[in-house]
Amino acid sequence: MAYRTHLMICTGTACVSCGSFDIKKELEQEIRKHGLEKEILVVTTGCQGFCAQGPVMVVQPDEIFYQKLTSEDIPELVEEHFLKGRPVKRLMFTPPGEETPVPNINEIGFFQKQRLIALRNKGLIDPEKIDDYIGRDGYKAIAKVLSTMTSEDVIKEIKTSGLRGRGGGGFPTGLKWEICSKSKDNPKYIICNADEGDPGAYMDRSIIESDPHSVIEGMLIGAKAIGAHQGYVYIRSEYPLAISRLEIAIRQASEYGLLGNDILGQGFDFNIEIKQGAGAFVCGEETSLIHSIEGVSPEPRQRPPFPAQSGLWGKPTNINNVETWANVPRIIIRGAEWFASIGTEKSKGTKVFSLVGKINNTGLVEVPMGITLKEIIYDIGGGIPGGKAFKGVQIGGPSGGVVPSSSLDLPVDYERLVEVGSMMGSGGMVVTDEDTCMVDIARYFLEFTNDESCGKCTSCRDGSAAMLEILTRISDGNGKEGDIELLEELGRAIKDASQCGLGQTLPNPVLSTIAHFRDEYEAHIKEKKCPAHVCKPLISYRIESEKCTGCKLCSRKCPANAITGEVKEPHVIDQSQCIKCGICYDVCKFNAVLVETGKS
Amino acid sequence: MTNRTDIQLTINGKQVSGTNGQTILALAQEHGIDIPNLCNDPRLIPSGSCRLCVVEVDGQKAPVTACTFQIAPGMVVHTDTEEILALRKTILELLFSEHRGVCTTCDENGNCLLQKYGYEYQIDDTAFALPESNDPIENYTTGNEAMVYNSDKCIRCGRCIRICQEVQMDSALTFKERAAQVEVSTAFDMPLNDTTCELCGQCISTCPTGALYERSAKGRGQCKDFKRTRTTCGYCGVGCQIDLNVNSKNEIVRVTSPVGVIPNDGNLCVKGRFGMDFVGSDKRLTAPLIKRNGKFEKASWDEALDTIAKKLGEIKATHGPDSIGGLSSAKCTNEENYVFQKMIRTAIGTNNVDHCARLCHASTVAGLARAFGSGAMTNSIDEIRRAGCIFIIGSNTTEAHPVIGLAVKDAVVNNGAKLIVADPRTIDIVRFAELHMAQQPGTDVALINAMMHVILTENLADMEFIKKRCENFEAMEAIVKDFTPEMAEDVTTVSADAIRQAARIYATATSSSIIYSMGITQHTTGTDNVLSLANLAMLTGNVGKESTGVNPLRGQNNVQGACDLGALPNVYPGYQSVEDEKIHEKFEKAWGAKLSNKMGLTVVEMMHAVEEGKLKGLYLMGENPALSDPNLNRTRKSLEDIEFLAVQDIFLTETAEYADVVLPTMCFAEKDGTFTNTERRVQRVRKAIDGPGKSRDDWQIVCDLATRLGFPMKYNNASEILDEIASLSPIYGGISFERINDVGLSWPCPDKNHPGTKYLHKDQFKRGLGKFHPVEFKPPVEKADKTFPFLLSTGRQLYQFHTGTMTRKSPVINQVSPTGYVEIHNEDAERLGIVNGQKVSVATRRGIVTTQARVTTDIGKGWLFMPFHFSEGPANMLTIDALDPIAKIPEYKVCAANICSM
Repeated sequence: MAYRTHLMICTGTACVSCGSFDIKKELEQEIRKHGLEKEILVVTTGCQGFCAQGPVMVVQPDEIFYQKLTSEDIPELVEEHFLKGRPVKRLMFTPPGEETPVPNINEIGFFQKQRLIALRNKGLIDPEKIDDYIGRDGYKAIAKVLSTMTSEDVIKEIKTSGLRGRGGGGFPTGLKWEICSKSKDNPKYIICNADEGDPGAYMDRSIIESDPHSVIEGMLIGAKAIGAHQGYVYIRSEYPLAISRLEIAIRQASEYGLLGNDILGQGFDFNIEIKQGAGAFVCGEETSLIHSIEGVSPEPRQRPPFPAQSGLWGKPTNINNVETWANVPRIIIRGAEWFASIGTEKSKGTKVFSLVGKINNTGLVEVPMGITLKEIIYDIGGGIPGGKAFKGVQIGGPSGGVVPSSSLDLPVDYERLVEVGSMMGSGGMVVTDEDTCMVDIARYFLEFTNDESCGKCTSCRDGSAAMLEILTRISDGNGKEGDIELLEELGRAIKDASQCGLGQTLPNPVLSTIAHFRDEYEAHIKEKKCPAHVCKPLISYRIESEKCTGCKLCSRKCPANAITGEVKEPHVIDQSQCIKCGICYDVCKFNAVLVETGKS
Repeated sequence: MTNRTDIQLTINGKQVSGTNGQTILALAQEHGIDIPNLCNDPRLIPSGSCRLCVVEVDGQKAPVTACTFQIAPGMVVHTDTEEILALRKTILELLFSEHRGVCTTCDENGNCLLQKYGYEYQIDDTAFALPESNDPIENYTTGNEAMVYNSDKCIRCGRCIRICQEVQMDSALTFKERAAQVEVSTAFDMPLNDTTCELCGQCISTCPTGALYERSAKGRGQCKDFKRTRTTCGYCGVGCQIDLNVNSKNEIVRVTSPVGVIPNDGNLCVKGRFGMDFVGSDKRLTAPLIKRNGKFEKASWDEALDTIAKKLGEIKATHGPDSIGGLSSAKCTNEENYVFQKMIRTAIGTNNVDHCARLCHASTVAGLARAFGSGAMTNSIDEIRRAGCIFIIGSNTTEAHPVIGLAVKDAVVNNGAKLIVADPRTIDIVRFAELHMAQQPGTDVALINAMMHVILTENLADMEFIKKRCENFEAMEAIVKDFTPEMAEDVTTVSADAIRQAARIYATATSSSIIYSMGITQHTTGTDNVLSLANLAMLTGNVGKESTGVNPLRGQNNVQGACDLGALPNVYPGYQSVEDEKIHEKFEKAWGAKLSNKMGLTVVEMMHAVEEGKLKGLYLMGENPALSDPNLNRTRKSLEDIEFLAVQDIFLTETAEYADVVLPTMCFAEKDGTFTNTERRVQRVRKAIDGPGKSRDDWQIVCDLATRLGFPMKYNNASEILDEIASLSPIYGGISFERINDVGLSWPCPDKNHPGTKYLHKDQFKRGLGKFHPVEFKPPVEKADKTFPFLLSTGRQLYQFHTGTMTRKSPVINQVSPTGYVEIHNEDAERLGIVNGQKVSVATRRGIVTTQARVTTDIGKGWLFMPFHFSEGPANMLTIDALDPIAKIPEYKVCAANICSM
């Protein structure tokens, strides 16, 4: 049955939490009401990436992009657009600082510069329908592999493509497969690392939610290449929607004979089991992850031996993350040369970033390697809200580092990021502006890694606690001369002496902010000032009596009842009561509230 | 095993060579290069968690941990660059941010690695601020008698947890929380005694700081002030090397054990580590006692010894030397046993000397001597670790010989050995078994014959070995030929399939080692059982080779030595027959006395001889037959009836109560000498503290008595006695105090240059050819009937030792093993209305005792099991004193019984 129109409504976690299933119900009801049910089909898709504008929906084939939908909008939308043929402008996306909405998704800056490989099916298929995936060349790659390629061919293809691990380490995927395939021991295992621990990154969840079969197909190809017959997807239990879609996908693939024994009649067996993690950051580290699957305490262990030699149950094991696996089928279909033509000399293909923080367009973006930071932040991200100045971007999650505004022209790839003291890491990009305190952001990330340290190694366990302690005293105004040097020394020691990636990288946010924003640290320590007006012990709020009109708005909003004053009289903040929440500053319409920093 | 290739590399500019798989740390230590480390224990898989052993390796991006990094050819290592030293200092300072201990009040002061390195690196222990204390008010050790965990002193190295998992394989401990909140605990913070913990204290032994410590040792001296004396543990036959840590008040405060020393590599069990309270007990005998008008009165040594000499002299004069018997002791040293049997044989003039080996391994001595020519463990403990198959039959290894249990677990878990356990009960080691055969007690011959039947019919026998090294094969074959697994199934209740599987595993493994103990020996068919095992080993060529053999585990610290030194009625020291004319002459000449050439009486026979009026006087050294012998009512009657009884012991035991004279002696911690462990290793015993009151060395007492009996015996020290032993007993020929100062030697060690013997019967059997014995199956003496519908078995448990004289003085042990019990199967209990913990009475034809029920599925239906350690409700009131016709060992393991609730 052919429909004239498909309404591709996003049911990724973000849009679902904003009510996209209610909207879907409403849409179907309205469509039926107008007797359009044979012409218009509502399709639930996985995450479409533009999460801050959710719930979002794309009307196909018109390519009209609707955003921030509510159930109340639906009767109007259906009647106007689908009955009367008048797309609803007010529900379209208007770029920040502009007034005219952009109806066509392909003309929106956020989507324009993206290049989709891992996310190629986002918004185009229903992730819970294997036929949708097959309709978009799904499982064609494994068919090709099983019928026409040897293990060596597959490994060679992946090596030639230049694909590197998207989990952050950037290890060449083909080489990893080759080492594991040459390992003599048997059986061998394949693991998909879906333990996305960085609180600011969610591309792996999104890929599974929007296109789970691409991951399964990637794993099948990897399994064939290294000679494994059992695979595990290690996924955090905080991702219920992804887990459920993956379960559905595995079930459907098994029903279609794409998992199990004698796949596609080619004599190859492969099964996938889902293992749920309990949400420890360290479980993203491969040896911890393996321990977790084995049911023992998820502590990392010293490598070598690497999992490719001795992994799960002591057997050769190949671990790649979700995004890496999702790239694999496309490489097989379109060829290694095609993939290698995208990107820079050593970093091929694309990378998915989650763009968050002080940025206009928040969401997931897939961009070719080598794209500049400027393009990501301004062309795709739409720049900084409120016309504030861009300060830097924390890339790579809590283990990454801050790239300052001076590096805006940096082409983004594995090597360049490391050169400036950051890393690809999880692919999280947290954008900061002039109102962000760099000591505070370093302390924020340290709080996270200190809490997530498994506690095994001295350097990480006690080192992160000691660093956090120093950062806390600096932002409390109790910093001491020599604290910066102590942080640097400690940071280097922790990097040098830690066993796993968590410890080896946890000083990065501190060291990189010291490297690029040392003056901010010095201001905190020497002048007891927080230049960005963030560190509460170092700031105070004051009402300028000349500007205060006595409107009482601030005193009504003050949660601590710290503001007093008669109507139409200048108000005063009682410093002993003030909790420095900044609400008065935000609500004042006369710019009468001032933030001051320095010794009080 | 032999992939040890030499690897050349450079450490600190020095060329060194190591072996494949070796870590930088191990190699450096070998070459005297000190790399500080806290989380490393050679017994454990390296974890690299403390990070202190960081070193630089050329070509590596960052420093690596020496404990985990394996050496490679051409590697260049720097262990003490400025950067490395600074890094280590920072790590130490970080550790001091979580370690809140103060050395002044810490027991570990002087033995603490953190303290040592902190000093060496001159750290600033306030470099990093202390986080808030975790308030260590309650934790998993709260209220436990054995140990205290103080998280403030813990550096989270995880050694305690790892040793519990990797060596002890109990997994009682775990980390809880994460990051800086990490602490050692148990699952769900359960109190230690509610977990799988066996109170071995291995966790304490490996703790590098004072975070884990013996509770009883707190405040009784700091490690820096202890005097440490290396000696041999006085409990079971494993012969663990221990260091007694003695404070300035002459008290044993802690027991520690050196890692890397044979045979226990620093591992101890609950008894060895926590069972030393008896030494300093106020119940120790401190003066000789003479019974006057039914009451003991203190006496002088002269008075006491004169009394004994006078009474024994009179008896000997009136009734002849054979009316006197002596029971020597498996708890005493080799030297004391030698002197004791010499006194009985010379000063008294009889061969009526025996000791408790009669009750445990007499059948081993008899059986293995007949089959192989030597009645001892054929192979060494360490070889067990590398066996391809281990067949445990009738040995509750992890409870009775816990440290050998560790070797078995290591073999299975780490080296892939296949373990077969044949035991009527689901004992602890069954967890590790590939196959458990729960045979009906007393049916071992049927089981083994059927296994041999399978091996023969499936052509798995080592015919070349049999042809070359053995004799009498056909006689054995004739009996086994008809003994099918199906027939055995009827007798043993073990399925024929399981028997087949066991036979195949045992026969086809690279090397198969048999381990057995009293489940085999304590039967009227004890000797037959042992002969069957010898048959099985010879049939598959599993004897005279590394990691094979027939290995009886000896129960007492020196039961091997007491046998070796002739505390047996048929042999002089070194298993030299009293009936052999030449040997007889040799000893008469050496000792300068007229000796009897008539075989003497055994333990149980002596008691029976009292009834017959043939035995009038009995001299006991450190034995407790009033609790350990079978059919106690009968034994006690004999002890009561005997004309004269003298006892030398460390406590006023149940037996000593019957004595006319009691002499106070030293325990193992108070004297010098040697013990011979189960693997025939002669090891030093050293005086660590002074004995209480007027107590004296056993050998000195015996010498004094012999002198008073008209046969002067005088030695200056124990070393002199060992030299005399060496001169008369060829298997001990090359052994002296000097040679075994550091490591013991396993006999046979015929001369001063002989390195000792790791395993016996290498190229030929001691007796020449190994002899097969045709063994027919015979059932136990008593069968279940209407009156006594159950069958009762007895045995040991982990925490207690023998008659409890020593272990029951320990609060640590008493907290987990306060009293005796009888095990009964759930269904039997339900049928009889017996619930767990209920008071019950158990009766046999010989007696009745009251105890409590332990309802379990670890025992078969129709069976009862009682440990024999407890004087309240003593199991031996019930046991039968029917004897094996050859070895005269009683059938402790099977008798008919009844049980009812009270």
